[in-house]
Amino acid sequence: MDLNLVLAGEAGQGLKTLESLVGKALFRAGFNIFSSKDYMSRVRGGHNFMSIRFGSEPIQAPKEEIDILVALNDESIEKHQHKVHEDGFILYDGKFDDPRFIDIYASEMAKRINPKAKNSVYAGAVWKLLDLPIGILNDLFGDKFSDDDIIYDNQQLFEVGYNAIDDGVEVNYNKAFLDDSNEGDIYLNGNQAIGLGAVAAGVKFYSAYPMTPSTGILNFLAQNQKEFGIAVEQAEDEIGAINMALGASYSGVRAMTGSSGGGFSLMVEALGYAGVGEIPLVIAEIQRPGPATGLPTRTGQGDLLFAINASQDEFPLIVLAPTDQENAFYQTFRAFNLADKYQLPVIILSDQFLADSSKNIPGYNVEDLEVDRSFVDKAKFASKKYKRYLFTEDGISPRAYPGQLPDNVVLVDSHEHDENGFVTEDIELRNKMMAKRFKKLDKFITEDRKGPEYIGPEEPDNLIVCWGSTSGPLKEALEIIKEKNDNIGLLIFKDIWPLPVSKLKSLASTARKIISVEANYSGQLAKLIQQEAVIKVDHKILKYDGRPFTAEKIAERYLNEVKDHG
Amino acid sequence: MANTDIYEPDRNTTWCPGCGNFPLRKALAESLAGLDLKPENVAVITGIGQAAKLPHYFRTNGYNGLHGRALPPAVAAKLSNPELTVIAATGDGDGYGEGGNHLIHTIRRNPDIAHFVHNNQIYGLTKGQASPTTYPGIKTEVQPDGVTSEPFNPLSFAVGMGASFIARSFVGDRDHLVRMMQAAIKHKGYALLDILQPCVTFNKVNTYQWYSERVYKLEDDHDNTDIDAAFKKSREWGDQIPIGIIYQEEKAIFRESFPYLSEKIEIDGPNKDKINRLIDNFS
Repeated sequence: MDLNLVLAGEAGQGLKTLESLVGKALFRAGFNIFSSKDYMSRVRGGHNFMSIRFGSEPIQAPKEEIDILVALNDESIEKHQHKVHEDGFILYDGKFDDPRFIDIYASEMAKRINPKAKNSVYAGAVWKLLDLPIGILNDLFGDKFSDDDIIYDNQQLFEVGYNAIDDGVEVNYNKAFLDDSNEGDIYLNGNQAIGLGAVAAGVKFYSAYPMTPSTGILNFLAQNQKEFGIAVEQAEDEIGAINMALGASYSGVRAMTGSSGGGFSLMVEALGYAGVGEIPLVIAEIQRPGPATGLPTRTGQGDLLFAINASQDEFPLIVLAPTDQENAFYQTFRAFNLADKYQLPVIILSDQFLADSSKNIPGYNVEDLEVDRSFVDKAKFASKKYKRYLFTEDGISPRAYPGQLPDNVVLVDSHEHDENGFVTEDIELRNKMMAKRFKKLDKFITEDRKGPEYIGPEEPDNLIVCWGSTSGPLKEALEIIKEKNDNIGLLIFKDIWPLPVSKLKSLASTARKIISVEANYSGQLAKLIQQEAVIKVDHKILKYDGRPFTAEKIAERYLNEVKDHG
Repeated sequence: MANTDIYEPDRNTTWCPGCGNFPLRKALAESLAGLDLKPENVAVITGIGQAAKLPHYFRTNGYNGLHGRALPPAVAAKLSNPELTVIAATGDGDGYGEGGNHLIHTIRRNPDIAHFVHNNQIYGLTKGQASPTTYPGIKTEVQPDGVTSEPFNPLSFAVGMGASFIARSFVGDRDHLVRMMQAAIKHKGYALLDILQPCVTFNKVNTYQWYSERVYKLEDDHDNTDIDAAFKKSREWGDQIPIGIIYQEEKAIFRESFPYLSEKIEIDGPNKDKINRLIDNFS
């Protein structure tokens, strides 16, 4: 069973509330669920829709075909009617000459009770079509709203909607799987997963300037700052945000900042400072299409090469590309330990698709997670002996925070510097310091870097490569493609910089074709693979319209565009 | 009083002989010694410029960051590690030019930090271009016909923004400078101390003599709790330049908005039951 419920209307009509209620309710009812948002950069009007796909098996992506459309305005019908399945339903506040339509007189019904709670009529109608227990949604109204009157109004209107559907009008499916299909799961979006990862890692300082689609992290941490003792500060600009985070990190706490590509562009000089100053810092870069303002509320993977190469000159940097809501949590937690251990910036490169999509995943296992601040042992330094940038075998200098070591001071510097942090222009020192900083990356590669996930046979005919959130739709597309050719492999990069190439090299040595699937114009992963592994990607399936990939479209393009696919 | 030797690094400076930064550094050592502050309990946070080199030539914790960006890390360091005495040191270009936006918002936050602006009315490090406080008419290589823009008035600006401590001093009067530095450090909140300081190499107008002939100390007849009087004083410039505390007010400091922050640096992560409870919100 695999159904798609689309809620469509304009900004300001309460779509988001409706989506969060219905999505969570479907999750609690026992479905596997994937909910994504397609919205415009405006507060009122325009056309927005939320797509809630749910079913008996785990879901990784949105799909095109619609089973139930809730149309809050006429435009929603025009835009989505053609995608509604012939046995599907269109719930609309008015009459239409189409057998799929069910007239829900939501406005009229809501007028008498509470016009603001109108959308609960639709929730009720959907619930009846799916024949699910009323209690789940009634409980959620209680969680969502604090005012008893509002809870009651919503419950009443929900019931009105429920009763508006005639008995026998329903979606046919076997409910047997609902009892235990998502037991122990949690349901959340990518930004919440990153926020949770940061909280679990003990982040104590988060500064950011609001920028879609990264703001969800700022919101999440702000909501939890009191409980977890986190300073969350909305900075005056992104330059202030990253420089604040650097100051906080220097002073001894775990610090993080976040933005999208535009704001990240402003942070670039300070990113270099984190590199040369060896100041641990975690940065969430939640991509949206650019350049400049671009498509503010849309998705893309156009910042890969920028994130890797940002800042003047060179310094060690780690870039992690979370693939889904599960991986985003663990990667974020890990980012903090890596930043502390290697004393460098770690970028979490996500995107709007992951940020705004909610999915059910296995609950996080925090028991095995260990926070490791990697501070120096207090007893090791006699008075005036501490050197912030002491040369060591592996390039990692003992890190202390100001005030930690009696009669020792901590000096960090954005210039090239000596072991004490003093400015230097000495040739030998400069060379030694550059080498020292890059040695840390060698150690990361040996000790902590994770190879890509591989799905497929050991000697695939064709090898598909991807990174980050594109892996979700691709995993589903792979199932469709495999019906035509089952000797195909999928390689998913999650640690994207420095790029781990050994698995790729071994697969590429026998594969006939390598295909990259990416949400950017030029195939940036393909370029990176060429650069790092000297392997030519034969074909690229690219998309840069700001909309997420769907499995159907990837499979269709693969089968049409890639010659010799079998 | 502690010995001022403890703040001396084993390192020579690159400041020009006669630079106003020398007496300033000496005053800072006396100020900290007088307040019994140990080097490991103080952090001097700077941007880039001649003033911003201070952490290299002065032994406390130091953070020599990016041009214009001394205030954001200073705000965050004090918030995160409140046991530190945090001093942001900038020049006029660093603090009033490149970092102007941070100045606005740091005043709004009122963090418990002191901000010393080494104001020599010129760009020293980049060799003599106009700064935001350079006089109109002064000719430089970049402004061959003279500066045309009005100079930035930091004190009027700070009064207008409602800064909680606003003062001016002059490196030619060390006792006064020490008193002002100590008052700024002791003040609970953001303390802006604009320090008049000649640039012997690039500013041939605003010399030691020029300042000495003009500065006068504010006496008891100036009520530094009266914001209107403060604004009036802040506008005085030219033949008569007042030095002293222009305005001071007790206000809630930034950290008071974060009563839930730890007073100490925590090394361990959060309690796992607490994390699990947070995760449970999503089940």
